[in-house]
Amino acid sequence: MLARIKEFLGMEAKPTEEKKVASEEEVEKVAEEKPKPRIGYVHLSGCTGDVMSLSENYDILAPLLTEMVDIVYGQTLVDRWDMPEMDIVLVEGSCCLQDEHSLHELKEAREKAGLVVAFGSCAATGCFTRYSRGGQQAQPAHESFVPIADIVKVDLAIPGCPPSPEIIAKTVVAAINGDMDYLQPMMDLVGYTEACGCDLQLKVVNQALCIACGTCAMACQTRALDMTNGRPELNEDRCVKCGICYTQCPRSWWPMERIKKDTGL
Amino acid sequence: MVLGTYKEALSARSTDKQIQKIAQDGGIVTALLTFALDEKIIDGAVVSGPGKDMWKPEPMVAMSSDEILAAAGTKYTFSPNVFMLKQAARQYGLEKIGTVAIPCQTMGIRKMQSYPFGVRFIADKIALLLGIYCMENFPFESLRTFISEKAGVSPELVEKMDIGKGKFWIYTADEELTIPLKETHGYEQSGCKVCLDYVAELADLSTGSVGSPDGWSTVLTRTDAGESVFKMAVDAGLIETKPMADVKPGLGLLEKLATDKKTKNQKTIDDRIAMGLPVPYKASSEKEDPLANY
Repeated sequence: MLARIKEFLGMEAKPTEEKKVASEEEVEKVAEEKPKPRIGYVHLSGCTGDVMSLSENYDILAPLLTEMVDIVYGQTLVDRWDMPEMDIVLVEGSCCLQDEHSLHELKEAREKAGLVVAFGSCAATGCFTRYSRGGQQAQPAHESFVPIADIVKVDLAIPGCPPSPEIIAKTVVAAINGDMDYLQPMMDLVGYTEACGCDLQLKVVNQALCIACGTCAMACQTRALDMTNGRPELNEDRCVKCGICYTQCPRSWWPMERIKKDTGL
Repeated sequence: MVLGTYKEALSARSTDKQIQKIAQDGGIVTALLTFALDEKIIDGAVVSGPGKDMWKPEPMVAMSSDEILAAAGTKYTFSPNVFMLKQAARQYGLEKIGTVAIPCQTMGIRKMQSYPFGVRFIADKIALLLGIYCMENFPFESLRTFISEKAGVSPELVEKMDIGKGKFWIYTADEELTIPLKETHGYEQSGCKVCLDYVAELADLSTGSVGSPDGWSTVLTRTDAGESVFKMAVDAGLIETKPMADVKPGLGLLEKLATDKKTKNQKTIDDRIAMGLPVPYKASSEKEDPLANY
């Protein structure tokens, strides 16, 4: 299965370990030692786009959900009201400070899960919900939406509005393989909660780091960026504060080891 | 390794007389992209095409050999080609995209492929990434200053520009103007000063003039994709090659310039770190190989 996912992702297949003729007992032992990770899905203030992106991994979705992981909790995925213990909980959406249910569910998820993942930019940076000022129906008092890391300790952040199907699949594979090197940037991104297209000006251009490559403008998911005289130009009216432009910029962080591994160079 | 990982180093040039006439050096990028398009290895190519102003290129999606030929030759100012990859995949619907990139653009593309956080289904469509050697790049106004102020010619009259032998060269139909490189210093974009990559170490294939005689290019084949398209073009007779050992000035000059760039820029990185300024690379004291690209 893993090999199929890797093939789908174009990831280099690792040499298969020498297969020993195993007794049934040994197989059972391995199965016991390596149970399928129990995954929960908590949906706070987000648009469901992140889970839709997950489901865009058509080729691998069914085996991924049935063979590789156990989905144990989730509003539309599992018929269960009480939150069980989970290895990983994916949290979609920011947390509304005026909504006691969201606060409660998020805190409970932190207690019950080994790893809390801010899944998508609303959970990671607040994204579009950063613009909320309240006063809307059906809950006019719901005004303040914050990244989940403002409320609980977060272990991994996967920004994106939504995150691409590929980064979701790559992250799942890395988590199952215990490939912490691959996950390191996601751990580092936990601290990136105040995102804005203007980060390119403040953290790249102002810091004498911009090189006019155009990666930020390519990555922008709302076409809020253009390149003018070799520098990113932000249309603030289109920016949703997802943080993808700065996350993809080759001058924000640089994963040389992983690239060498992926390209074989 | 100051030239990155590569399979083979060769001196090469396009055998096509038309490409030889318009190309910067050996016409390798033009020859390979047109060949890859003809052979359907790529559906189209993102190149630095002519823009509204003379010598101010615009990234464009070239869908025909003519469009690739129209983009031949080096432009010494910005062309954010990576931006156009999204248009190539979405508006043009290309499944196999070829592109030409300077080292920093190659780095943006490779980072996106390894970590496509917000980039949906583009990583798998980069079929051929050709890298070109790059010491530094200039804002357009710097270039305009070289042409109009220092060389004193109208940009419309300029037919070609080049950097080599310690000079910035400007060619018109009947004149050959030069500016010593020490006069172009201070006009570079400052982002280049922390760059540790001279030869596009992460491209499928890298090429540039340095190391080979006039009219030829030094080619480094890196990945299987890069090696395969290059060998096919050589077998088809579109590119001729010579061993690096047989040409002057040879690979030593390329290694020297790569080492010079890395050494100088690692010092800038160290200075920035000492000042507490952000930089995505490590201090030399933390690196096993102080010239490595990280």
